[in-house]
Amino acid sequence: MAQAKTQTIDSATNKSQTPEPAVLNGAELLIRTLKDIKVDTIFGYPGGAVLPIYDALFDEHDINHVLIRHEQAGAHAADGYARATGKAGVVLVTSGPGGTNTVTGIATAAMDSIPLVVFTGQVPTELIGNDAFQEADIVGITRPITKHNYLVKDVNNLEQVVREAFHVATSGRPGPVLVDLPKDMLNTECRYSGLKKISIPSYKPTEEGHATQISKAAQLLSEAKKPLIYAGGGAVLGEAWEELTAMAERLNIPVTTTLMGLGGFPESKPQSVGMLGMHGTYYANMAMTECDVLLAVGARFDDRVTGRLDGFSPHSKKIHIDIDPSNIGKNVPVDIPIVGDVKKVLPSIDRQATKPDTEKWWDTINTWKREHPLKVPDSETTIKPQLMIERISHYTNGEAIVVTDVGQHQMWAAQHYTFNYPRSFLSSGGLGTMGYGFPAAMGAAFGCPDRTVVCITGDGGFQMTAYELATAVEYEVPLKIAIMNNECLGMVRQWQELFFNKRYSHSILKKGNPDFVKLAESYGAVGLRATNPKEMDEVLEQAMAINDGPVVMDFKVEEHENCYPMVPSGAALNEMVEGDE
Amino acid sequence: MKQTNNVTKEKTVEKHTLSVLVSYNLNALSRIIGIFSGKGFEIDSISFGSGKKSDLARITITTHGDVQIIEQITKQLNKIIDVVKVNDLTYDSFVDRELALIKVTATRSSRSEIMQIAQVFRAKVIDISPEKLTIEVTGNRDKVNAFIGMLYPFGVDEVARTGSVALKREFDGNV
Repeated sequence: MAQAKTQTIDSATNKSQTPEPAVLNGAELLIRTLKDIKVDTIFGYPGGAVLPIYDALFDEHDINHVLIRHEQAGAHAADGYARATGKAGVVLVTSGPGGTNTVTGIATAAMDSIPLVVFTGQVPTELIGNDAFQEADIVGITRPITKHNYLVKDVNNLEQVVREAFHVATSGRPGPVLVDLPKDMLNTECRYSGLKKISIPSYKPTEEGHATQISKAAQLLSEAKKPLIYAGGGAVLGEAWEELTAMAERLNIPVTTTLMGLGGFPESKPQSVGMLGMHGTYYANMAMTECDVLLAVGARFDDRVTGRLDGFSPHSKKIHIDIDPSNIGKNVPVDIPIVGDVKKVLPSIDRQATKPDTEKWWDTINTWKREHPLKVPDSETTIKPQLMIERISHYTNGEAIVVTDVGQHQMWAAQHYTFNYPRSFLSSGGLGTMGYGFPAAMGAAFGCPDRTVVCITGDGGFQMTAYELATAVEYEVPLKIAIMNNECLGMVRQWQELFFNKRYSHSILKKGNPDFVKLAESYGAVGLRATNPKEMDEVLEQAMAINDGPVVMDFKVEEHENCYPMVPSGAALNEMVEGDE
Repeated sequence: MKQTNNVTKEKTVEKHTLSVLVSYNLNALSRIIGIFSGKGFEIDSISFGSGKKSDLARITITTHGDVQIIEQITKQLNKIIDVVKVNDLTYDSFVDRELALIKVTATRSSRSEIMQIAQVFRAKVIDISPEKLTIEVTGNRDKVNAFIGMLYPFGVDEVARTGSVALKREFDGNV
């Protein structure tokens, strides 16, 4: 992948131009290697085991260290930075609790294939296993949630390990990598070598697709009557949006994206049928059910996408392009598997395919679109959540980086914001981590200072990581935080209403919720509130004009609004419920 | 609407022997075991030892599952950064051996009968005392099972088994 090359191969070019002493300690070596890899931002929190690294950072001007207020948020911030920029996000925390606090953030990144490199301090080598102060077996703990992890036992391997970590995190199917650094490694003298090429003999991701398979896929698409492209997070992570758009437009094939694929294909193009799945559009889910040839591009047939498996796209021949072979045939049998980088495989298919006759198919789809559009309910008195998203889309011209938390607001944001640009919708899709949104938005803002970043969150999720307001204020991050405040855990409440007899067990937050305006103000941030559509417009206008720090917008929305369409769990995609009319 | 059921999988459970070449480190071994425990796959036996080069280890895993599960196991093992190669020997001709030590009750009256059975299986008596015999047997899993089965009537006290180790056959049998 492109970013892998810039981060690993560049490193050799400026090998000898810095006249620093060749002998350094491990901590200095680490920083020097990070600079060489062109790391510009680290999200971190100091502690005993990493003090040597913090000492080396004290005089460092090329790397911007962001002091987050909790390590979980640090991992989410690095994740948001990675999703927005395509570069690896970097986290630096101390041993024991510092490491364990990052676990949720690492698991979130692992599920969505996000490149992270997490550096954890560790107790000195001779104390490992002794239950030393702030000791935790973080390599053991994170083994199932990292693509790879390392415990550095010899300082002479440190530079190699750091370079490998970035290479592994950003290449192939990206993912988080953890490097555990015992304190004595950081204090030991060693030599910086400026290694050139990173090569791991046992790790060679397949990037070029198999030629025969590509020809077969092209032929199948050319002969299709009702083709559909289903693009997932891989289309965004693999930076294949241009190739995907070119192919879909030339062949005039409808494109549906997953939650993670949003922005991978511009939603304003006529070929877009929006998002599919549990809260996907009627027409995307119907197209999936009715299509005769399905081209899956960097998507993994997640259960939120497929619904009941035996009713999933039952009439289609399936082509699946994925860089990770283990994704192919995992949930759904595939007729033409293609292991490879979507950015390389798509143009090869495009070159060989001829435009299929899709006129009738488009008539059907356009009828579905006309008869079953996404609805924004009308109200003058209360703020409808769907309207809130639409107004945010309006005030940001659809050009913002939208970062969500998890729940109803996430689904409404996915449905009602018009995504035309890649790396512009950041959300915890796989793990569904509440508390992700706000710190990830902050990370995205550090990565892309020229873009407007809006965090759309809920009153529940925001409170899980709201303490990061301190960081956002300290670094004057111009972040727009829009809280969809329905005074409850909306998605839990919705399921309880629909499937548990309206028994709202522990899902109502009304009594304990803070005054979000005052909360913001107590940190020195701007807090604004709106309770009706007119006020909402005023608040949004005001917020968009503030560029020297975070703004918290408390939008009191309709409490009992449910998110539709909805495919109930256990139902097939075409058995979706379209909501109360 | 007519729906074709396109998710029918081959459900026949088969035994598979996987030979995995991996960098010799405990993190790699833990990751391999973790794939099985974390993703709900089965291990019937696993053996671990150094390979031709000292920095590589060969792990032999016997497992079972339907075609789709075995395919996932192979792919998931291949995904581990330290794994150099995964060979599913089941589709090749291969040799596999297991070693077992069996401690069996042997009285004066039963001792010679046990030793006769051991001879049939080409097993060796490696320890002897007035009441016990310890016998070493090598062979594939079925042979070892059969031998232990034959000893049960006499009273098997303890068994230690290595699990299978396996290599692909070079000669494919065609002349």
